Amino acid sequence: MIPMLEAKGVQKRFGSNHVLKGIDLTIQAGQVLCLLGPSGSGKSTFLRCINHLEVINAGRISVDGELMGFRQHGDKLYEMKPSAIAAQRGEIGMVFQRFNLFPNLTAIENIIEAPVGIKKINKNQAIERAKELLASVGLSDKADHYPSQLSGGQQQRVAIARALAMDPKLMLFDEPTSALDPELVGDVLEVMRNLAKSGMTMIVVTHEIGFAREVADQVVFMDDGLVVESGTPAEVIDNPRNARTKAFIESVL
Amino acid sequence: MSENQTNSDKIVAIPLKHPWRWVSAALIVLFLALFIYSLVASPNVNHDIISQFLFNPKIIQAAGLTVLLTVISMTIGAALATLLAIMKLSANPVLKMVATAYIGFFRGTPLLLQIVFWGYLGIIYPTLGLGVPFTDIVWFSAPTSAVLTSTVAGVIALSMNEAAYAAEIVRAGILSVDDGQTEAAKSLGMSNGYTLRRIVLPQAMRVIIPPMGNEFISMLKNTSLLQVLAVMELYARTSQISAQNLAQVELLVVAGFWYLVMTSILSWPQSYLERKYGRGFSATSERKRWLSMGSKASA
Ligand SMILES: Nc1ncnc2c1ncn2[C@@H]1O[C@H](COP(=O)(O)OP(=O)(O)O)[C@@H](O)[C@H]1O
Ligand SMILES: [Mg+2]
Repeated sequence: MIPMLEAKGVQKRFGSNHVLKGIDLTIQAGQVLCLLGPSGSGKSTFLRCINHLEVINAGRISVDGELMGFRQHGDKLYEMKPSAIAAQRGEIGMVFQRFNLFPNLTAIENIIEAPVGIKKINKNQAIERAKELLASVGLSDKADHYPSQLSGGQQQRVAIARALAMDPKLMLFDEPTSALDPELVGDVLEVMRNLAKSGMTMIVVTHEIGFAREVADQVVFMDDGLVVESGTPAEVIDNPRNARTKAFIESVL
Repeated sequence: MSENQTNSDKIVAIPLKHPWRWVSAALIVLFLALFIYSLVASPNVNHDIISQFLFNPKIIQAAGLTVLLTVISMTIGAALATLLAIMKLSANPVLKMVATAYIGFFRGTPLLLQIVFWGYLGIIYPTLGLGVPFTDIVWFSAPTSAVLTSTVAGVIALSMNEAAYAAEIVRAGILSVDDGQTEAAKSLGMSNGYTLRRIVLPQAMRVIIPPMGNEFISMLKNTSLLQVLAVMELYARTSQISAQNLAQVELLVVAGFWYLVMTSILSWPQSYLERKYGRGFSATSERKRWLSMGSKASA
């Protein structure tokens, strides 16, 4: 079976700062991978490498069997044209810590912008789909609200709906609840839990250990640009073998 | 009624008084009234000439040309400015350098000089043509004076100068949009061009429009410099008339009146655009509400 995501020896440098030192990861379709690790360990950078927002310096990333951002000729990789990269990105949804909704568009306009403008889906059809998505994140009554009129938790749920509107194969979440007031975290996690149940393949960078234990098929602990430990939640969270993993889990519990 | 309530009923909140606002406003009104009176009462200002020319068809027509020159030059200038801003923000060092050099050159020399230069272009290049250099192939050729009429030369001069100033305004506008916006747009599969057009520029407009309103007004007034190319805009027309009837001051009043009318009308589309592009940005409306409350409290 072709894995939904396969990363091999992924390296990334920012000048002299060697941020990713060779990451290997595999996720099968329909699985949820939770990525844990201390701040600065390279989690966000890795997610951004997956959809080519950062260009990797070594290694390779394939999504659903397709090499991301590069074409292979012989033993060399050539970076693809921007239009081809954009098309690949359209198949991977991304949810940001700071939501990044378009502030000048209403919730529903945020959701239909890419399907109508990029995928050329009929506008009425896109609106219908957007309404379904808003209902699925519990925000049917907020369609015509601007982001500034929504709470952080509501904005993040609209952002999830916006990403889903492109029918992605894979969803990337970069600390989706870290910018939220504690009482709003639950609603967002609930939406993500439902999404996982529906069979979406997800990579979630999070400090919500409870969520990882409950939802993840695979937990990966990263530190200093390397995968330190990976396995099931029962292995990595409840019985960490590595001392650094153990210290980290204890610090966030 | 409880004791407590009676007490709080007696407490009256008195907003801070601003007596100096009243004094300064009164002084300004007084000086303005005196100045207008001096003009009206002056035996040296012929009021009949003013009223004779105020709605003269030639004057109205010239004012119309002024508006037309302003709108055309501003449109070309803004389009060129957007291009320059994008070039200056691009990762391509050549484009960056070209844009920086352009802006430096056109901001660094007087507008009047540039206008005269474009007017004199016919002296440097007597004919303009399109063909393959160093061969006999010529698709099109014409005397410069036929293509580059003084009006066209004037529009080119104003547009190219405006582009240099407006480029920095557009650039500041683009930079004001949070990086997260571009990031989110890209992650949704939007190309760079689409992101710029649909996501970044509409948000940048909020920052671009107020200074562009200023530019529009400057442009309207700067069209008067085209007098040196004998373009019959408002100022050229009034000075042509006053050269004949020697009523310089009266015609200046006429011109000033129309410039004021035009600049006042221009502020209307500006507030419309500010509202349009302010959609969804509550921080600004919040601030505005606060500001208007502040002034209401002082009134
Ligand atoms: N665009 C960038 N330019 C330079 N350095 C960066 C950039 N993005 C991230 N880094 C560096 O990479 C390291 C890892 O950052 P990040 O991936 O955000 O970690 P995490 O998400 O695990 O907290 C940090 O040292 C950070 O300073
Ligand atoms: Mg991060």
